[in-house]
Amino acid sequence: MTELSKTGAALGEPAPGNAPDAFLAVRDLKVHFPTDDGLVKSVDGLSFEVEKGKTLCIVGESGSGKSVTSLAIMGLHRLGARGKNVQMSGEIWLGGKELVSADPDEVRRLRGREMAMIFQDPLSAMHPYYTIGNQIVEAYRVHHDVNKKTARKRAIEMLDRVGIPEPDKRVDGYPHEFSGGMRQRAMIAMALVNNPELLIADEPTTALDVTVQAQILDLIRDLQKEFGSAVVLITHDLGVVAEIADDVLVMYGGRCVERGSVDDVFERPQHPYTWGLLGSMPRIDRETSERLIPVKGQPPSLINVPSGCAFHPRCPYADIPKGDVTRTVRPELQQVGGGHFSACHLSPEDRTRIWTEEIAPKL
Amino acid sequence: MSETKKTDADVSTAPDEREVLLKVEGLQKHFPIRKGVLQRQVGAVKAVDGIDFEVRKGETLGVVGESGCGKSTMGRVITRLQEPTGGSIHFEGQDITRLKPAGMRPLRRDIQMIFQDPYGSLNPRHTIGGIVSAPFRLQGVEPEGGVKKEVQRLLELVGLSPEHYNRYPHEFSGGQRQRIGIARALALKPKLVVADEPVSALDVSIQAQVVNLMDDLQDELGLTYVIIAHDLSVVRHVSDRIAVMYLGKIVELADRTSLYEAPMHPYTKALMSAVPVPDPKRRGAKSERILLRGDVPSPISPPSGCRFHTRCWKATEVCKTTEPQLIELRPGQRVACHHPENFADQAPQDTVLLSVAKEAASLVADEVLAESAETSAAVAAEVASPETAGVADTEVSEEVSEKPEVKITKTGPGAKTEDQSTHSGARGTARPTPTDPQPTDEPEAPSQESTDS
Ligand SMILES: Nc1ncnc2c1ncn2[C@@H]1O[C@H](COP(=O)(O)OP(=O)(O)OP(=O)(O)O)[C@@H](O)[C@H]1O
Ligand SMILES: Nc1ncnc2c1ncn2[C@@H]1O[C@H](COP(=O)(O)OP(=O)(O)O)[C@@H](O)[C@H]1O
Ligand code: SF4
Ligand code: SF4
Ligand SMILES: [Mg+2]
Ligand SMILES: [Mg+2]
Repeated sequence: MTELSKTGAALGEPAPGNAPDAFLAVRDLKVHFPTDDGLVKSVDGLSFEVEKGKTLCIVGESGSGKSVTSLAIMGLHRLGARGKNVQMSGEIWLGGKELVSADPDEVRRLRGREMAMIFQDPLSAMHPYYTIGNQIVEAYRVHHDVNKKTARKRAIEMLDRVGIPEPDKRVDGYPHEFSGGMRQRAMIAMALVNNPELLIADEPTTALDVTVQAQILDLIRDLQKEFGSAVVLITHDLGVVAEIADDVLVMYGGRCVERGSVDDVFERPQHPYTWGLLGSMPRIDRETSERLIPVKGQPPSLINVPSGCAFHPRCPYADIPKGDVTRTVRPELQQVGGGHFSACHLSPEDRTRIWTEEIAPKL
Repeated sequence: MSETKKTDADVSTAPDEREVLLKVEGLQKHFPIRKGVLQRQVGAVKAVDGIDFEVRKGETLGVVGESGCGKSTMGRVITRLQEPTGGSIHFEGQDITRLKPAGMRPLRRDIQMIFQDPYGSLNPRHTIGGIVSAPFRLQGVEPEGGVKKEVQRLLELVGLSPEHYNRYPHEFSGGQRQRIGIARALALKPKLVVADEPVSALDVSIQAQVVNLMDDLQDELGLTYVIIAHDLSVVRHVSDRIAVMYLGKIVELADRTSLYEAPMHPYTKALMSAVPVPDPKRRGAKSERILLRGDVPSPISPPSGCRFHTRCWKATEVCKTTEPQLIELRPGQRVACHHPENFADQAPQDTVLLSVAKEAASLVADEVLAESAETSAAVAAEVASPETAGVADTEVSEEVSEKPEVKITKTGPGAKTEDQSTHSGARGTARPTPTDPQPTDEPEAPSQESTDS
């Protein structure tokens, strides 16, 4: 029971409206964008929790709603011109405060101090005409009443901390003078300058070489250990997930289709889409199998989301559940093991059989 | 012994017995850097700086390396989309290095390129039919049954519907556009297809569709591929042989199995150790990871000697002064390194590590260093003549185990070397104070703190 209530937010407990125990709790989050073509349901009922000191990885194809989720937590959808054109509902609890209904000014105060974000493309998050140092100094002084000299010292310390060589010289460099990997480090320095309790990293290593990726993941891990922050890391690379996640959430078409501990999701995956992801991936650690097992077809439209299970047009097992339930009834997340949830109409027997007999042997 | 990817048809011919289709020698592409009103040349980006390899009929040669190491430039030069500034290219025995456009024209049918960006490489104003039939128009070829019929056949071949003929690129997804690019490349039945990051822009599920497609087409049409990619898992899956590039050079060239199971170049080893493995159980093995320090140096003024010496944990004086040649140390495995992994040392007399190497070594786990010394010693013993094997064994292993001048002792997150002079803060991370006299194995377990909280 206690175990259930910890991970069972999707099942509606604890009751909506009450502050959860978890440090970050997202409940039934919906983010929709009205467009000329129709309503884009980028995120459509998503729930998860992250404890301090833990890392949740969100995986899924491009367009599945990963970035929209992270921007929602940061309160960035409601900014500027974009803000008029978004419909958001649900709850986002951060350290006992609910952010969806909170005043935007309040959310702004939290941003940068209690929660910070690392983006895929560091250039987009940095100002090209200010030195790296000035940008970190600004980020620090927004939340700390210190003079420039102290803030500069802090900036140098942070650059050193993320492994920039000669930080006292580099602090005066401009973003374009840094290589991709160094920019990513500088952005991490900027994100961490106020010791945030929640760090959201959206594809932080996707644009980087494996060698630099390994350096950055190492850095995020070390810093998390040191500061005990909660980390939400968004990626489409299952290798990165296996490396760094405590828990995993698999997204498809704006919803969670599977969620569980990293061991659950890699060793006992329960959803056909998760099987598809695992089968699509060439693996460096295994005998090269003859063929990859791709997921056929294309990712779904988020304007006309397929009826019933959104994955049904691509799912090889859509005909197994009786009747046309997969095409008419949307499967809800169900507990399939302690802290492990999956949204699929397949019976537990069918799932176990397909996984052990058909999928696992081919991976 | 050297393995091929496919188990069927082509097992009969080992790749190294197949006919050479493309041969590249000393290939160079330098981009001039000009400055001032006179546009005087002040330097050059040495994107490709003297590489040799050959591609054999029916095989897939994979090319890997970090961003900016010259992979795409190499691809564009061997297809003669860019002019080489040095070296030679032979295709089917013919020297095509300096062929004029008219001379290249018939070869354009035989050599095709597929590009990384499925969005940018298709003209948005042309229909799919127009795009895929362009090669016929350009070459003035009239396929049997007419262009339209042939294009529709090609569309079907790559898994698209013939009805897509009159549609425009924006109506297609990334994976479908990549198929269109492949259909166009295959229109004239090329002999060689050079694919530059053909699946990098695609989601994994779609990536797998395209990889399988390219595989099937190779079997069906007997294609030869050069596949450029930075994803080592993808390259391993598709390639028979693999070339590893670093700063405009090939540092190792080997069949897939040797390269992945017993890499000889330290850079190859580091590159492969950095690939995240999708298996949470393997997290414990992470200490095997070799973190490289810093970034790739600039190709405008590459480091002297071995270009990897500024980041290599095995670099000695000879690495700094003398460029190692790409030589075949094992059958089918060519390596450019003075102190290769999994093989006898090529410069055993040179044992003093450079100080940069000591810093780099502090990021390499003991296990990795020990293992590399062990395998090198074992190989050295094996290579030594049978009569003296016993003697050689002890001699060489001593020598090898002595080689890392500084013994590495691991202490928590920042492993350090005994030689205190090398402590210039490789990563700027928290580490024991430099005056700490003796690196102990483990910091005392903070028993009190842990029970407190
Ligand atoms: N036209 C050009 N003029 C000047 N320099 C160039 C030109 N084209 C490429 N370069 C430089 O040559 C080097 C090799 O570039 P190339 O595009 O071949 O790299 P790559 O290995 O394909 O990298 P990536 O993995 O990022 O695609 C780089 O330093 C690049 O900046
Ligand atoms: N401001 C916006 N207006 C309309 N649609 C949007 C907007 N932002 C994102 N979307 C759509 O929402 C879906 C999810 O996007 P995103 O979260 O960025 O995907 P990813 O999982 O790749 O990060 C996509 O279909 C995207 O086009
Ligand atoms: S609900 Fe049906 S269509 Fe959806 S994943 Fe399960 S089996 Fe496949
Ligand atoms: S050991 Fe020397 S030659 Fe070999 S890669 Fe390292 S620096 Fe280069
Ligand atoms: Mg995204
Ligand atoms: Mg390239």
